[in-house]
Amino acid sequence: MTSHVVLSGVSRVYPGKPEVHALGPVDLELARGEFFAVVGPSGCGKSTLLDVMAGLALASSGSVSFEGKAVKGQVPPGIGVVFQEDASFPWLTVHDNIAFGLRQAGAAENEVSAQVGYAIEFMGLKDFARAYPAQLSGGMRQRVCIARTLVLKPRLILLDEPFGALDQQTRLLMGDELLRLWRETGATILLITHALDEATMLADRVGVMSARPGRFLDIIATGWPRERDSTIVSSESFGRLTSRIWTLLRGESIRALGRA
Amino acid sequence: MTRTGLVRASLLLFLVGLLEILCRAGVIPNFTVIPPSAMAQSLWKVLASGKFTPDIIATLANVGIAIVASMIAGIALGTLLQSWPAARRVLDPLFATYYAVPMYAFYPLLIVIFGLGDLPQVAIGFLLAVMAVIINTLNGLDRVPPVLLKAARVHGLGFFKEATQIRLPYAAPYVFTGFKLAVAYSFIGVIGAEFITSSRGIGYEISFAYNNFDNAVMYAMILFILLLVITVNMSLHTWEKRLLARRRRA
Repeated sequence: MTSHVVLSGVSRVYPGKPEVHALGPVDLELARGEFFAVVGPSGCGKSTLLDVMAGLALASSGSVSFEGKAVKGQVPPGIGVVFQEDASFPWLTVHDNIAFGLRQAGAAENEVSAQVGYAIEFMGLKDFARAYPAQLSGGMRQRVCIARTLVLKPRLILLDEPFGALDQQTRLLMGDELLRLWRETGATILLITHALDEATMLADRVGVMSARPGRFLDIIATGWPRERDSTIVSSESFGRLTSRIWTLLRGESIRALGRA
Repeated sequence: MTRTGLVRASLLLFLVGLLEILCRAGVIPNFTVIPPSAMAQSLWKVLASGKFTPDIIATLANVGIAIVASMIAGIALGTLLQSWPAARRVLDPLFATYYAVPMYAFYPLLIVIFGLGDLPQVAIGFLLAVMAVIINTLNGLDRVPPVLLKAARVHGLGFFKEATQIRLPYAAPYVFTGFKLAVAYSFIGVIGAEFITSSRGIGYEISFAYNNFDNAVMYAMILFILLLVITVNMSLHTWEKRLLARRRRA
């Protein structure tokens, strides 16, 4: 597999008095079509890492490249981002929310209609196409945001704790949907999450970050087959992997709490 | 009709009825206030005669221009200031004192600048309305969640598209409040200015009737303004409720 995304010595320092060293240095290579999850203690710079990868923030040092081209403070075409917070547009219907990016890209209206129709069906939002986000549950609004990203056919999908606000059952089911989406699109996925079981269940590799400034303590390959779903949580190796991640993370979480 | 609406209508009917009785009984002399029924009759006559139609059209046109101009300028300035914090820091204290300035004091200056036509009235309406639009636009834009701005960047929107397709649509309920106030201030500004030096318009006709002890015409025109402003405001209120209903969490 070829490297799709490469981070070399990336760090991020927020200026001020005192300045805050939030991230790095971080080195990471993501293979094309890989599902990579990042876990770490609160405030370790996970979201900062995602912002830098997406081009939403500049690295203070180091470099990021996507498909061989440098990412510098602008989101390159081909990258889609799903945020932790509700990013649905409250003034637009579900249909128009999902169509937003396509219309911005100047897609013909019949193409928009076909793509959005497929995404609505795929995300199980068929009965809510004309509803406004305010009429939906938190999980459904997040599905709208995922669909809005999905219709643009991104080759790299960055997800920042997209299921953070959902209950455990819904998160497991959303995880299944995410795996289905990943298999169908063939996109590279980077998932930021605070849920160790979610990371273990979904990812090919899990990057475990230290307390701030976040660095990778270890990157653990899960070894799951591509065809997988949430039933793997009952397997013996799932427990072993989650336990290994927690062992790495426990001390860092205590450090982060002590700092807080 | 809801219970609250019923109570409101009953209260209004009671007050109008009381005024009718007090006027008819001579408690309130007719040279001071005429009975509401006489006001309504006079209004019907005034409107049917068409004598004041040019004045009504002139006032409504001037109010309309003041509203449109204040909305365009207010939204544009509000958007610009929200993205230019340094300028906003300079201007914020001036905004806070804006409505302490008696705008009608500038009327002579406006006549010197714009002449004796309709423009000074429009200018007064505009000056009163524009600040309400700026303040409410700023208020709405300040509340746009950062995640929506990040989403705008992911979609590659530049300043103009971000403003027109993300910031302002999100801020729409607040901008709408500014619009409601702009409508009210434009009516106040234009009709008030017509009282001072104008040769046409509803304000001018009320003033003319007052100076000539023509209570029938004066109260007819006052009633007309009241009904007009109440109708406009109720329509805006209904429209606003529909707008907000879409955004209210179920």
